[in-house]
Amino acid sequence: MIELQQVTKRYSVGRNDQFTAVDQVDLTIEPARLTVLKGPSGSGKTTLLSLIGCMARPTSGRIMLRGVTTSFFDAADVTAGFDVSGLPERFLTEIRRRAFGFIFQQFHLVKGISALENIMLPVYPCGEDWNSLRNRAAQLLEQFDLVRQARSPVDWLSGGELQRVAIARALINQPLAVIADEPTAHLDSRLSRELMERIGALKAAGTTVLVASHDPLVYDSPLVDRVIELRDGRIVAGQDSA
Amino acid sequence: MSRVLNRHRAILDFALSSLLRRKTKNLALFAVYTLLIAVIASLIFFVQALKREAALVLSEAPDMVVQRMVAGRHDLIPTGYGDIISTIRGVSSVTPRLWGYYYDPVFKANYTLLVRDTEPLQPGSIIIGSGVARNQRITAGDLLNFRSYHGLPLLLTVTEILPHASELVAADLVLMARQDFQAMFSLPAGVATDLAVTVANPRELITVANKVAAKFPDTRPILKSELLRTYDSLFDWRGGMIVVMLGVAVLAFVIFAWDKATGLSAEERREIGILKSIGWETTDVLLLKFWEGTTVSLSAFMAGVLLAYLHVFFGSAALFSHALKGWAVLYPQFRLVPVIDGYQLAVLFTLTVLPYTAATIIPAWLAATIAPDAAMRS
Repeated sequence: MIELQQVTKRYSVGRNDQFTAVDQVDLTIEPARLTVLKGPSGSGKTTLLSLIGCMARPTSGRIMLRGVTTSFFDAADVTAGFDVSGLPERFLTEIRRRAFGFIFQQFHLVKGISALENIMLPVYPCGEDWNSLRNRAAQLLEQFDLVRQARSPVDWLSGGELQRVAIARALINQPLAVIADEPTAHLDSRLSRELMERIGALKAAGTTVLVASHDPLVYDSPLVDRVIELRDGRIVAGQDSA
Repeated sequence: MSRVLNRHRAILDFALSSLLRRKTKNLALFAVYTLLIAVIASLIFFVQALKREAALVLSEAPDMVVQRMVAGRHDLIPTGYGDIISTIRGVSSVTPRLWGYYYDPVFKANYTLLVRDTEPLQPGSIIIGSGVARNQRITAGDLLNFRSYHGLPLLLTVTEILPHASELVAADLVLMARQDFQAMFSLPAGVATDLAVTVANPRELITVANKVAAKFPDTRPILKSELLRTYDSLFDWRGGMIVVMLGVAVLAFVIFAWDKATGLSAEERREIGILKSIGWETTDVLLLKFWEGTTVSLSAFMAGVLLAYLHVFFGSAALFSHALKGWAVLYPQFRLVPVIDGYQLAVLFTLTVLPYTAATIIPAWLAATIAPDAAMRS
C-alpha cells in the first residue's frame, strides 16, 4: 500500500544547522498490518511518519501510494500507485483526508469544544452532509464508549477518555491507515495496554496501522506484526527482505 | 453546490463555537467595536439630520434678500427702495422685513425678534418660541417685559407659544407687531431691516440682482443660492469639526484593529496547527477566521448603527449635542427627524468591517502557512 524508495528528508538545507532526519530509507508498509517504528528520540521516527502521512515532502526519493482514491488520479493510477513526493499541498491535503487518520503524542484535541465536535472536526472542510457526519460521529462515540461524554468539553475528560476521543477523531474519515506518533507517551501502563487493544481491533477490522514508539509496551506487544528500528534516520533493523 | 454550502455551514458553526469559547475576550472586543461604530455613526446621523433641517429652513427662504450697506456694515433700508425694485421686470413681490436681536440681561439670553407680515399681530401681543417660554418660565396669557431702546419697559402679552416641532429654528424666536418692534428699537416708519424679493423665473435672478445693485449702489442683493452656500459652509464647518472627531474615532478603530491583527494568542496558533495537521487546508483556516471576523464585525456594526440611531433620533444626540447644536443660552430641545444616508453608512461599513475582517485574516494566514507536520513535531 505504501512504498518508500530512497527517501531522504533534510531540514535547513544549505544552512549551517542543516541536518538529515531521514536518510535513504527503503520501506514497504503492508496493508491491514500493525507496523511499529522503534528508536530513540531524534532517530527520525516522527519525520518518517509525517512523510508517509503526506504531511511533509521528502527532500529526495519517492513515496508511492496504492489503492488511494483521489479526485486527481484516475483508476489506473490508483491501482498501479502514484508518487506523492512532488505533489502540491492541496493534493497532499486531499490524500491525507481520504487515506490517513492521525493520533498525536499529546492527542492535540481542541480545548473548549465537546468531544463530539472534536471528532467531527477533520471532516468540516469536506462539505459532507451534516446529518450523515453526525451519525458517523455518534457511531464512533458508541464504539469507544464515549456517549456520556459526547457533549462534555474535552478539558473535562480523563486521560483514557481523551485517548479514545483522539482515536475516534482519527477514524471519522474512514481512513485506510491510522498513523500514531508516540501514543502511549503520556499514558500509564493500564491505559497503554488499553490503547494497544484498540489498535489491535483496528487492525482486525482491516485498517493499516503505523505506530512510532520507543515504549516496550508497544513494540513488544504480541499484536505487532513488524518492528522497524531506526537510528540516525536510517533503518537498522526490520528492513524489507529484498 | 450543497457541498459548498455544507462546508460553509460546518466552518461557520465551528467559528461560532470558537467565538463562544473565548467569550470574555470576544465580548470585550464586541463592546469596544460597537462603541466605536456607535460614536462614528452618531456623528454621521447627526450631521445628516442637521443638514436636512437646514435645507428645509432654506426651502422657505426668499429668492433674494436686499440689504443696505453703510461702511461695509448692514444698515436699515428705506422701504421706498422696495417700491422701485418691484418695478424691475421679472420681480413678483418685494416684502420689507423687520427683524433683530434682543439681549435679555436678566435671563442672559438672546432672542430673535421678527415682525410677522403674513398674519400681522395685534400691537401689544407676541408669539414666542418654546425656548423663550422655557427660559422665562411663562406660558400663553402671561406678560413679558422688554426694555426698549430708550430704557423704558415694554410689556407685551404672550398669545401663543410656537409648536415644539419648530424648535430647531424657532427656540429663541419672538414674533411681534410692526408697531411694537418700531417702538422697541425707536425705528422710524419707512425703514426695514431688509427686503425679501421674489422673482418668478429663477434664471432671471442674477439679472435682477445686477439691476438692483446698479440702481442702488449702497445695497447688497443676497441670492438664495448664496445663502445655501453659507449655510452649507456653516454646517461643513461643523462637519469639519466632525471630521476631526471622526478622524479620532477612526484612528481609535485602526489602533484597535491593529492590536487585534498583530496578535494571535499561543492557544489560537496551537489550534491552527492542530487543524492543519488533521487535514484542514490553509484556505479552510482562512475561511474559519473570515467567519469569525465577519461575525464579530458585522454584528458589532449593526449593533453600533442601531445604538447610534437610538442615540441621535430618540436620545437627541445627548452625548455631544451641547458641543454641536450651537452656542446660544437657549439650546433648542428637539428631536431630529431620522435621516439615513446609505452612501455614508456604506463608507463606514467599508472603512470598518472590511479592514477588521482583513486584520483578523492576515495573522491567521501567517500562522496557517505552517507545514502540517509542525503540530506533529511540536
